[in-house]
Amino acid sequence: MSVNESHGSAKPPSMRTPLGRVRSLGSSHSGTRDFWRQRITAVAMTLLIVPVIVVVMMLLSSNQAGAAQILGSPPIAIILLLFIVASAWHMKIGMQVVIEDYIHNEKLKLASVMANNFFSVAVALASIYAILKLSSGV
Amino acid sequence: MVEFALPKNSKITGGKTWPKPAGATETREFKVYRWNPDDGKNPGIDTYHIDINDCGPMVLDGLIWIKNHIDPTLTFRRSCREGVCGSCAMNIDGQNTLACTKSMHDVKEGAVKVNPLPHQPVVKDLVPDLTNFYAQYASIEPWLKTTSPTPQKEWRQSHEDREKLDGLYECILCACCSTSCPSYWWNSDRFLGPAALLQATRWVKDSRDEATGERLDNLEDPFRLYRCHTIMNCAKACPKGLNPSEAIAELKLKLVERQI
Repeated sequence: MSVNESHGSAKPPSMRTPLGRVRSLGSSHSGTRDFWRQRITAVAMTLLIVPVIVVVMMLLSSNQAGAAQILGSPPIAIILLLFIVASAWHMKIGMQVVIEDYIHNEKLKLASVMANNFFSVAVALASIYAILKLSSGV
Repeated sequence: MVEFALPKNSKITGGKTWPKPAGATETREFKVYRWNPDDGKNPGIDTYHIDINDCGPMVLDGLIWIKNHIDPTLTFRRSCREGVCGSCAMNIDGQNTLACTKSMHDVKEGAVKVNPLPHQPVVKDLVPDLTNFYAQYASIEPWLKTTSPTPQKEWRQSHEDREKLDGLYECILCACCSTSCPSYWWNSDRFLGPAALLQATRWVKDSRDEATGERLDNLEDPFRLYRCHTIMNCAKACPKGLNPSEAIAELKLKLVERQI
């Protein structure tokens, strides 16, 4: 029931019963997977954030050759890759929640959710590509 | 997009200031939301002064005093006047609560501001239209569902299992929690809201119920359940001291539990 109907609510928006409106299309039987993934990625990021900060501090004072050398170490590259996967996934789910909360126009919502997916995958893949490129020294 | 501003016909404009009661030595100012569906005007805030030496201590006593002594057209719901029926839920001093259990003396500064429950259609003055809220309660099917043959006497339950319903069964469905929840404001057409979900938890946790999985199936939905972001306005608003947010977290936990 939108705020538009407030005041003079004697006229319901349709002739459908209130229970029919609440039941609507039924439950989608989904959402738990995203909920759980949001928690997993949050815990992963909590564990990874300290090593990631250390690596970034090391990278700050080095040139490209130095960065390539640091990232040439497999554990360092893997820590960064894990962090990127966790954070991009977390970002995708979080942004989708915000979109679903605030965007009520179905077409705009669909487009926003799609754009959010594209953006998250693009950012993740670009970052992964950059790390792999540097760490393989190509 | 979500509508953050009130629609044009809901904007508050003006309001009447009623004269102070004659002969009163001590008065308290009440600022009350008024809207009449019949006069075609926008809502307004009326100012009343009540004689606190002639009136009970609760906000509801004040409203009844206004209705009896100043303005008989003031409209609000009330019944038990002791926090059991949930009829007089309204927004007092910025907080959803029951007018019958909220003391006007707890409103420390200025006037006692009384508004209807937020973000619901208004029927008149302080009376919100809770049709959608009640339909959401009906949608969680708040009754015992069993397949086993009905026992000769009662469905039995251990003391421990009965205790699991404490903090859930006390809900009086006053709607203070749901109407304080931003997620409910934005998505009340699809999000069931804290009250209905607390009741859903009450039936999911009932050891006598045989439809637990079916109940969880009906709730598992990004909008019906997962619009709850644990904002906890519900727990803050609940006049019975319950914690719907915790009950909803238990539902989410059970949904994860059956997947892992």
